[in-house]
Amino acid sequence: MSAANDSYDPKQVAALAPETLQAAVEQARKEFTTAADLDALAAAKPAHLGDKAPLMVARREIGALPPQARSDAGKRVNEAQKTVRDAFDERRAELVAERDARVLREEGVDVTLPWDRVPRGARHPITTISERIADVFVGMGYEIAEGPELETEWFNFDALNFKKDHPARTMQDTFYVAPADSGLVLRTHTSPVQIRALLERDLPVYVVCPGRTFRTDELDATHTPVFHQVEGLAVDKGLTMAHLKGTLDAFARAMFGDKAKIRLRPSYFPFTEPSAEPDVWFEEKKGGPGWVEWGGCGMVNPNVLRACGIDPDVYSGFAFGMGIERTLQFRNGIPDMRDMVEGDARFTMPFGTEAF
Amino acid sequence: MRVPVSWLTEHLETDETYSAEQIADAFVRVGLEVEEVTPLGPVTGPVVVGRVAEIEELTEFKKPIRYCTVEVYEADDHAEMVADGSDEPRTRGIVCGATNFVEGDLVAVALPGAVLPGGFAISARKTYGRISDGMICSARELGLGDEHSGILVLPSGEAAAGDDAIELLGLDETIIELSITPDRGYAFSIRGLARELACALDVTGRDAAAVDVPEAEGDAYPVRIEDGEGCERFVARRVTGVDPTAPTPWWVRRRLMLAGIRSISLTVDVTNYVMLETGQPMHAFDTSTLRGDIVVRRAKAGETLTTLDDVERTLDDDDIVVADDSGPISLAGVMGGASTEVRPDSTDILLEAAIWDPPSIARAVRRHKLPSEAAKRFERSVDPQLPPHALERAARLLRDNADGNIQPGRTDEGGARPLAPVTMPMSLPDKVAGTEYERGATARRLAQIGCAIEVGSTDDGKPSVTVVPPSWRPDLVEPADLVEEVLRLEGYDTIPSELPAARPGKGTTAAQRRKRTVGRALAEAGYVEVLPFPFVSPSVWDAFGLAEDDSRRRTVTVLNPLEADRSELSTTLLPPLLDTLVRNVSRGMRDVALFHIGQVVLPMAEQVPVPSVGVADRPSEADLASLQAALPTQPTHVAVVLAGNRQRAGWWGPGEPASWADAVQAARIVAEASGVELTVRAAELAPWHPGRCARLLDGDVPLGYAGELHPKVVDALGLPKRTCAMELKLDGLPLVERRPAPSPSPYPPVLLDVALVVDADVPVDEVATTLRGGGGDLLEDLHLFDVFTGEQVGEGKRSLAYALRFRAQDRTLTLDEATTARDAAVAAATERHGATLRA
Repeated sequence: MSAANDSYDPKQVAALAPETLQAAVEQARKEFTTAADLDALAAAKPAHLGDKAPLMVARREIGALPPQARSDAGKRVNEAQKTVRDAFDERRAELVAERDARVLREEGVDVTLPWDRVPRGARHPITTISERIADVFVGMGYEIAEGPELETEWFNFDALNFKKDHPARTMQDTFYVAPADSGLVLRTHTSPVQIRALLERDLPVYVVCPGRTFRTDELDATHTPVFHQVEGLAVDKGLTMAHLKGTLDAFARAMFGDKAKIRLRPSYFPFTEPSAEPDVWFEEKKGGPGWVEWGGCGMVNPNVLRACGIDPDVYSGFAFGMGIERTLQFRNGIPDMRDMVEGDARFTMPFGTEAF
Repeated sequence: MRVPVSWLTEHLETDETYSAEQIADAFVRVGLEVEEVTPLGPVTGPVVVGRVAEIEELTEFKKPIRYCTVEVYEADDHAEMVADGSDEPRTRGIVCGATNFVEGDLVAVALPGAVLPGGFAISARKTYGRISDGMICSARELGLGDEHSGILVLPSGEAAAGDDAIELLGLDETIIELSITPDRGYAFSIRGLARELACALDVTGRDAAAVDVPEAEGDAYPVRIEDGEGCERFVARRVTGVDPTAPTPWWVRRRLMLAGIRSISLTVDVTNYVMLETGQPMHAFDTSTLRGDIVVRRAKAGETLTTLDDVERTLDDDDIVVADDSGPISLAGVMGGASTEVRPDSTDILLEAAIWDPPSIARAVRRHKLPSEAAKRFERSVDPQLPPHALERAARLLRDNADGNIQPGRTDEGGARPLAPVTMPMSLPDKVAGTEYERGATARRLAQIGCAIEVGSTDDGKPSVTVVPPSWRPDLVEPADLVEEVLRLEGYDTIPSELPAARPGKGTTAAQRRKRTVGRALAEAGYVEVLPFPFVSPSVWDAFGLAEDDSRRRTVTVLNPLEADRSELSTTLLPPLLDTLVRNVSRGMRDVALFHIGQVVLPMAEQVPVPSVGVADRPSEADLASLQAALPTQPTHVAVVLAGNRQRAGWWGPGEPASWADAVQAARIVAEASGVELTVRAAELAPWHPGRCARLLDGDVPLGYAGELHPKVVDALGLPKRTCAMELKLDGLPLVERRPAPSPSPYPPVLLDVALVVDADVPVDEVATTLRGGGGDLLEDLHLFDVFTGEQVGEGKRSLAYALRFRAQDRTLTLDEATTARDAAVAAATERHGATLRA
């Protein structure tokens, strides 16, 4: 540092000369701007912003100035220093942005690579469509009722008005179990659940019963000895066949679209009188809009109500039942029933966890 | 039942003509199921009647071949044609491979230019060294039926050479095949179907069984009904002097053929024809073979009868038989006996038409496995007024076609039981249908089906109708039956569509929701749901390595399995599930993870008999309890099987094979989805690997097992190596509802790790439980992050490294407090398991 300067002589402190300061600023700016990366910039920093930088040296010379000149010189140095710092910060920001962009670019991956280390499984469409059907009825106020697959003949036949030794019994192609007089069968339909519901629940009863059923049909493209049905039963005061039709119409619309509709053909089932077979019409039917046979239905036979201790003069009811495999077959266009029973994972996988 | 349309329409009194489709639609509308509508043919071009003039046997071939000279015009007609300038030959040479005809027989000849069903074009062609100038046709070649055992020989005298065979044979015909529901026995006949058709078309019909029945003089043959329950009515008529060589008239043969019934002899054909037409099955005895009076009774156990099909049958004391002094001569309503059957030389015929008890017939059919045409009708019930009419019709056919003499006597034992009248409010059909029918519809429709109607009024003064059903409708026993008649004839399409008022339901139950959640959880974890059949072979238990007294061997056996070796209902979900795994593997899949949720059947050690319970009213609570007690328990289980890689190999690195741990984790997934925490303990149970088998418990209650299968089981069942499985009694998991919500503390945690050295056979699960207990309320979470074995920890030891997270509910926990809690946890582990802190 120069000695205290009592008599002002600017030449004694050339370091504070405006042109000197300007040159230092220019030099710093130039070096910062040309720094190629953050390391170079960091390397360039001490020479211009460090303790030995020209501007820092100049600042220390301020005291050598006469008092009247100090303020002016201080201002000049401050400005110069700010300019240098700004130049540094600006360049640094540029370089940081450049570096960040480069790092992100370098971290880029092929986002189309698979990551199916544990592929998702699937639920069987029979299960999901059964649930969907049940939910349609739950939405109408029904409850879901269930029962055992191995059933007494009383529930499977007797209470459903199948008379002993009537051909209607043999029509059901029943699996019997040992011994010959066991009185037990693999349920041939979900209708025994109707009886259980009527015996166990308080009236009125509105239930839907999905479940597995059994008949001695050889497995082929349109038959399977083990299949699923969904049964509906409503017993209340004043129920009519118009209510049955309205319910089935609503069911058809829920499953097959807003334009779907039902027609009834007279038929025979021991547990309903009158009995009918519904056909469903829907637009997306394979081969064009049209009718498809869809199960059986009717007004609950008074004998069934009596067997459950219900007065048929006070209460009436309707019941209906559909094959789930068959529904799925014509709804989702599955040509071969065997695909639904063989358990080939490739068949089930595309269904995921919902009924599509 | 196969029905030619012309046979039906001849019983309609109408000038309208209906197409086969209109008729089929009409049947469907009133509730008869139409299986198929099949037009005959088509046959086009010249098909004529020919007379075989000369047969030359060609003997140089391996099979009999005939070269026939066939007259295709009568001499006079041909002479006229020649005079008019025609050069058509009068005879044609035709090669034929059938031998069931002789010179002089009339046959159907397809001349060159004719096209037979299936687009079979006939032309003159060389065959067997001759020019065959046409074809002599069989019934099948003409599309008339299935008969192809020989060519079709027409009865002499019914046609002349050159006649148009298409018209003569009635080839312009349509067959409607109907399937008859078990409640409508009467519809198993032209009579019943024509009546249904008349109703459906709203036209008048003629009764196809309407035959005058003349007064009889005495009995046709002495008959005694000893079993009045089995036989409601037994009617017989005798025709003597029947020409046994008389052929069956063409029109009868044709209709039988079209109905799918083979022509046998005039007498048999006549009984079949009348059965088809009226619905009354009949039997013909050769009267000369009968010994003494006929008795109708139940068979004595052990009696035997050789039936018409030449099978000797041992009878049951429930079988109804027609017997004479020689013993049973016919299995009533099912099949006649061989000893008294009508033979090619029989001239004295006793015709039987009876009404048998339907359930008895149904049982006999099942017992003897003899589902005959007659039995099919009897088990559905036959009109008890029919027998005399049907017999008269048959007797006259024998008289008219075989010079028979109808004897003046008629046996008529028993009698038609009257049907009970049914009364109902006139408006009941409207009420059931939910609509308003035209006034008078109820009475009109009931009259239309043959009911006798009487209009009255109910107690409260409303109109009622009392109905006596016609004799052929024993199915009409209560108002609901009458309602159906009105509704179906008025048309189901007139019933409106109306949604019943919604009522509040309680939604799905907790168990139902849980089953869905568990299914979804397993699917999301990579398992694919399958629904295999429950049928297993008993040999699977040996393959599983089950002990002789293992309760899983106690199965329910199916009496009539589809596959003889899979006759048992599985007591576990695993065997069918493993079959499905093998099927998937055999189809080229390596990484397979499957699950099944379903019922299993677990019979009691002692089977409880099913009580006999009536259906007239609600069973007593005791009866319901007995019914339930007779049923094996059928809990819902959930099971998984898996093989191959659980985590696939890929660009990220190698795969992770499915292991016992995945099987146990599957059980934890099920439990978590159910809101329950399972306890896992080591166990040994077939079919699992004894060192890799976990017992799954809810508290102390065992609910299932999981792990790797025993290598011997894997070998025995042809499974992929190291196949793993889990099965859990889903019904056994407690249902969790209204679980209290936790209140997470907002204060910061203190994280501390500990590594404990314990004996290697101490289950990790127990150590964790101990730490949890020792750590107290401040221990929020505990995570096993490393298991280490090696020299450093010593022989038979392992090091378990846990990350512990401590947190207080109401304050910021200090390190000292957390350390104290950790030390307490470690101390508990030391005390219970001999754990030491790893240095």
